[in-house]
Amino acid sequence: MAEPPSGKKVIDLVRRPMPAQPADERSHNFTEVALGYTLELASEEARRCLDCKMPRCMDGCPVNVDIPGFIRELAKGDLRGAISTLREHNLLPAVCGRVCPQENQCEAVCNLVKRGASVAIGRLERFVADAAAMDNMIEPPQPSPSTGKRVAVVGSGPAGLTCACDLLRLGHQVTIYEALHEPGGVLIYGIPEFRLPKHIVRREIDQIRAMGAEIVCDFVVGQSATLSELRAQFDAVFVGTGAGLPWFMGIPGENLVGVMSANEYLTRVNLLKAYQTGAATPVPKPRVAAVVGAGNVAMDAARTALRLGAKQVHIVYRRSRDEVPARLEEVEHAEEEGIIFDFLTLPVAFGGENGRLTTITCQKQQLGEPDERGRRSPVPIEGSEYDMPCDLVVMAIGQSPNPLIKNTTPDLQTSRRGTISADDKTGRTNLPGVFAGGDVVTGQATVILAMGAGRKAAASIDDWLRTGEWAIVEAEG
Amino acid sequence: MYEIVERRQLVPDHHVLTIHAPHVANKVQPGQFVILRSDEEGERIPLSVADFDREAGTVTSVFLEAGAATMKLARLETGGTIPTYMGPLGKASEVEPCGTVVLMGGCYGIGALYPIARAHRAAGNRVISILEAHTQWLLYWTERHQAIADEVYVMTSDGTAGERGLSFDKLTALLDGGLAPGLVYAIGCTFLMSSAAKLAEERDLNLKVALNTVMVDGTGMCGGCRCSAGGEPKFACVDGPEFDGRAVDWEGLMARRRAYRPQELATMRRLDSSGKLASSKPAGKGPHHG
Ligand SMILES: Cc1cc2nc3c(=O)[nH]c(=O)nc-3n(C[C@H](O)[C@H](O)[C@H](O)COP(=O)(O)OP(=O)(O)OC[C@H]3O[C@@H](n4cnc5c(N)ncnc54)[C@H](O)[C@@H]3O)c2cc1C
Ligand SMILES: Cc1cc2nc3c(=O)[nH]c(=O)nc-3n(C[C@H](O)[C@H](O)[C@H](O)COP(=O)(O)OP(=O)(O)OC[C@H]3O[C@@H](n4cnc5c(N)ncnc54)[C@H](O)[C@@H]3O)c2cc1C
Ligand code: SF4
Ligand code: SF4
Ligand code: FES
Repeated sequence: MAEPPSGKKVIDLVRRPMPAQPADERSHNFTEVALGYTLELASEEARRCLDCKMPRCMDGCPVNVDIPGFIRELAKGDLRGAISTLREHNLLPAVCGRVCPQENQCEAVCNLVKRGASVAIGRLERFVADAAAMDNMIEPPQPSPSTGKRVAVVGSGPAGLTCACDLLRLGHQVTIYEALHEPGGVLIYGIPEFRLPKHIVRREIDQIRAMGAEIVCDFVVGQSATLSELRAQFDAVFVGTGAGLPWFMGIPGENLVGVMSANEYLTRVNLLKAYQTGAATPVPKPRVAAVVGAGNVAMDAARTALRLGAKQVHIVYRRSRDEVPARLEEVEHAEEEGIIFDFLTLPVAFGGENGRLTTITCQKQQLGEPDERGRRSPVPIEGSEYDMPCDLVVMAIGQSPNPLIKNTTPDLQTSRRGTISADDKTGRTNLPGVFAGGDVVTGQATVILAMGAGRKAAASIDDWLRTGEWAIVEAEG
Repeated sequence: MYEIVERRQLVPDHHVLTIHAPHVANKVQPGQFVILRSDEEGERIPLSVADFDREAGTVTSVFLEAGAATMKLARLETGGTIPTYMGPLGKASEVEPCGTVVLMGGCYGIGALYPIARAHRAAGNRVISILEAHTQWLLYWTERHQAIADEVYVMTSDGTAGERGLSFDKLTALLDGGLAPGLVYAIGCTFLMSSAAKLAEERDLNLKVALNTVMVDGTGMCGGCRCSAGGEPKFACVDGPEFDGRAVDWEGLMARRRAYRPQELATMRRLDSSGKLASSKPAGKGPHHG
């Protein structure tokens, strides 16, 4: 047992920095930017944790990782203990340690944040996961004896994978259906290699296979089989198909060659490996790229364009820096790499020659009165329009679920935005035996929220398979 | 991995490809398409379904060697495998009783048209098929069409088979002769479809076309297939591929199809110089007389 933080522990307020590739080097390669803590840095950082009696950090984590627990074990040098504590709550720590918006979650409420330097929980999580994997210490969770029940999981993003893993652990048989040719969802086709190396995602997926999951790719539910057909073949179905359908702005010139969605751009580069020389899939190599939006997706697209050789990359965002929704680390990295941020700027048209994009017309904005949620909306400044030459525009302004399942399952309840209506706590939809979770229910959110939803649904599926009761537990309060 | 039940050259540059893929064969309907990759490094390419056999679990397409991806596909052998075969994608063709249906196809469209023609025939419609090719030895599947259609017209640009001219000319002549089709269906190159659209506009025809936009995923995820129909933005993979021909913005569509032309040429040159396109190209059956 570690010493309880008895009275006077010297508080170390120096958050250990993350080693990273220098900005001028990494902006030309696709290798991971953040290199990961060394054992020494990790141990030092772990010792900063106060092992609080009231670990507020845990409330900030959507899946309630036992943060002081795993950090305590790490500080003791017990890597095996640390990884198993982590994985009790989080199936994909190597992924979450890299992509969670920690500054809004666990680290936002760490008791040290008031003192100006929260424990670097995400970095430690990544360290533990990577070190354990390197030592072959990660064993797939042991499945319980078979229950003989069969569950179909639709979509192989973080929601589907987590749900599948928990169901396997509980002894149910699982078949995962994925539309694309490789499983992993956004982790594979969206988030770039330099932020989340694909071998890490593949490693996690191999484990789920090793636990006995069958993964069927190239299978589009709604097309290859309808949801009701799957439901008839399985004892339950979980839908975790994400929010992949990209939005466009509906402004003039948007169909010009050279204007594309972030999904298309990133899929060409990630899933179809267009960043490798010799890849068959073409990808535009712009001189000047403008990325519209300022979320994680936008940062990824902008930094990808830079790595593919663009001379200048702009992030065009209609609000100001304070409203930028991307993870802080990504924004900082983007700035260091030389991405130009055009704040309070709204594209109003695209211009082209011979059907190809040549310019983007922007209008400056100013912030108006705060709305009910306290967000100040941009208001156009009349007469402030200007043209900027560019040969690639990537739209990263949001996305919603694709309509394939909704259109072919008329009695499934969905919202006006096209998301599936499912109970928050149980993932139950209006159709008995059909569960849903992740981005397909919430609209685009985060990896860890999708995993949380997959986990809750798995528990609720287990409950339904055992009891056969389908009362939706009303949300409290 | 999916077994290549058959890959055979029909006529120069056109091949028939039959894949064992029960998940597609079980559900596919006329008018739908698949997305496949020829190998692990390959591009994802969409191909229309030209036939299927639910019992055997097989799906057939006819493809044209257009660029690097289809050239690689043309070099695969019967008995081999491909890593990706996804579908069926897109909406099925709407087949309703509507009197006379004129189906015009060129290039790979002659194949893609076949299951649609068959379905119209089964729905009790009078089926008139117009098949077009540059020259007689580029025609294929004429007998198959003759076996299901009420009338088949063959059009060649050089007049070496059937009549000289394009399917467009034949349709014009039929209309001039008093034919009043309930539906016209056009599939093939963008030129064939857009010229049919002009005629539909002039003669107030109900025209369906099957768009062949650039595609990546085929599930509504990339937006690369977007087109404008009736002034509305549409995703051809989930809202189509079948659209009202008169509503399509043809100019925008053609520009988008050419998006990657320079890079495609570079890929072809690279594959060519590395020998990947040179080897094992079968001689094929030679000029086809049909
Ligand atoms: C570029 C990008 C960067 C991001 N960066 C971050 C980040 O840094 N941190 C963070 O926390 N979050 C980030 N996100 C958001 C995060 O990735 C998502 O919230 C999360 O992946 C949602 O998981 P999911 O399982 O619900 O869906 P997805 O990951 O979208 O997976 C859904 C899967 O279902 C498949 N599918 C869809 N329809 C069908 C069908 N009909 N039949 C079969 N399969 C189907 C899809 O192909 C896909 O593989 C990012 C998103 C993007 C696009
Ligand atoms: C829904 C759908 C169904 C399709 N069905 C078929 C099919 O059944 N058989 C088939 O052969 N093709 C079909 N296509 C077109 C096919 O997908 C493309 O030919 C293929 O992707 C070309 O890949 P590539 O790398 O070989 O050629 P690329 O290098 O991508 O293309 C080479 C050049 O040829 C042009 N080109 C390619 N195809 C066409 C075309 N059909 N019309 C006009 N110009 C073209 C391209 O614009 C480009 O300039 C379909 C497309 C869609 C969207
Ligand atoms: S899973 Fe994410 S939010 Fe939870 S502790 Fe880990 S990094 Fe923080
Ligand atoms: S709140 Fe911060 S200091 Fe306290 S246990 Fe959690 S990580 Fe450690
Ligand atoms: S092919 Fe990607 S959205 Fe249609």
